[in-house]
Amino acid sequence: MKTQYKFVAVLSTVVLIACAALVHMPQVNAAGEGKITGTVKLDGPPPHMKGIDMSKDPYCVKANANSTPKMENVVVGASGGLENVVLYISEGLSASALAEKSTTIPVFDQKNCVYTPHVLAMDVGQTFKVETSDQTAHNIHPNPNPMTGNIPWNQSQPPGAPPVEKSWKAPEWIEVKCNIHPWMHGWFAVVKGPYATTDANGNYTINNVPPGNYTVTAWQEQFGTQTAKVAVAAGGAAKADFTFKSK
Amino acid sequence: MRRSLIRWSLFLLAAAVFSLPLVSWAQLTKADLDSRLKMESHVGNITGHAKDGAADYHRYCEGCHGVRGDGNGEVAQWFDPPNFPKPRDFQLGIFKCRSTPTGTLPTDQDLYDAISRGFDRSGMPIWNTFTKQERVDLVAWVKHFSPRFVSEKPGTAIQIPPEPEVTAERVKAGREVFARVQCWKCHGVTGEANGPSASTLQDDLGRPIAAFNFTEGSRPKCGDTDQDIYRIFMTGLDGTPMPSFADNIKPDEAWDLVFYLRSLMREPSKEKAIAQQLGLKPVDPNAPAPTQ
Repeated sequence: MKTQYKFVAVLSTVVLIACAALVHMPQVNAAGEGKITGTVKLDGPPPHMKGIDMSKDPYCVKANANSTPKMENVVVGASGGLENVVLYISEGLSASALAEKSTTIPVFDQKNCVYTPHVLAMDVGQTFKVETSDQTAHNIHPNPNPMTGNIPWNQSQPPGAPPVEKSWKAPEWIEVKCNIHPWMHGWFAVVKGPYATTDANGNYTINNVPPGNYTVTAWQEQFGTQTAKVAVAAGGAAKADFTFKSK
Repeated sequence: MRRSLIRWSLFLLAAAVFSLPLVSWAQLTKADLDSRLKMESHVGNITGHAKDGAADYHRYCEGCHGVRGDGNGEVAQWFDPPNFPKPRDFQLGIFKCRSTPTGTLPTDQDLYDAISRGFDRSGMPIWNTFTKQERVDLVAWVKHFSPRFVSEKPGTAIQIPPEPEVTAERVKAGREVFARVQCWKCHGVTGEANGPSASTLQDDLGRPIAAFNFTEGSRPKCGDTDQDIYRIFMTGLDGTPMPSFADNIKPDEAWDLVFYLRSLMREPSKEKAIAQQLGLKPVDPNAPAPTQ
């Protein structure tokens, strides 16, 4: 008997709290959207990035004649800013804010036998485009875990090939490879909701964020994730800086 | 003291979080599989039932493909890629020989054909010892290992237009396609699987894999009719480095390419005779890339 009372009491409290939360849920208003900005830095010496031997394909060697191509797992700018870090809101977005989809089409280019950008961030369900600027054949081969709902595919892009347009079903860090040029390595960073990628100085801005309290997550392919709490006011800009440590 | 405690709990948490997807990916529980025992397959007018395929699978397939269909059967450890590829992991739902576009599930007919045909240069024999009904039941059992066959539908099979007549023009045009889409990057200019990228090829699970060698007289893995070869350009071999060329080779060009590939093969053929008569040379890998 007594346990039954207890159960009912707990249940009614939960229902009450849920109702209160529903009533007080912040109203999403496109006009009052704010943003989250900040800088991602690397603390410590940048890890050594291996040079790339492109001698397999003379076209690639020629395309990189004036530079020394290196792996891009960690790219650090002049002031310690970390490039290619993906920032997104991991907690706090309302269902209606998540339902709002960007109409921009991010582009992943195969240029001089590397991927530009190295990391392409996108929303779940957002269409993105894979192009080739190279005069050599590539195959674009993302390798997600098929159990997430993202299915691997593999398409050829010889010189002058039309762009490939696709989208992903679930959030995941998806590795992209070219089997013809084994050094080619990039990422499709699929997240839910608004996102940003850091520039060469480690700066980022996540736009179109409705006012509210959020957890922002920064993801770097080698160093993993970090989170920060921010409060975004209507039309305001919240700040969240991150520092990853190199060993 | 406290700090190390925090560090330990963080480590355990991270370990738990990271092992979650691994568990759900690689280790389907018996309960998962039991929930899918009603899986059916349809080939022609025959309907297959997963339950009816279980006994044959246990007797003939499990040694390689494993109790849970993950390709980790008892003897799988002795398979040595690239010359002897590992058994397929059915849980992933990714199959090489399909009639459907890249990134989609195969049709029941595709899986039936794979069982009936076997895979040349691998441990997979031709299972024509099974009756048609037994094979269709096995298809349903193979499908029940992957949750994808519950949540997704197979892709739409690609259309193969009627095969045109082999002509000298077509064989020559096929050579141009071979050069333009750069088949030789892996398969080599003479089709000997010695292209510049051949030595570093890996499958989706990071295991070494060989490009097809046209010259040594082996049977192509997905069948050796002209239609079978045509299909490969348009679907790709999922799970391997072979991409789909559906966006880059037009149906007519695909037939030209089939004819040119026949001329590279060791077996005597009309195409081979034409190529010899024309004095066709292997394509030049250093020629500037022709665009489409």
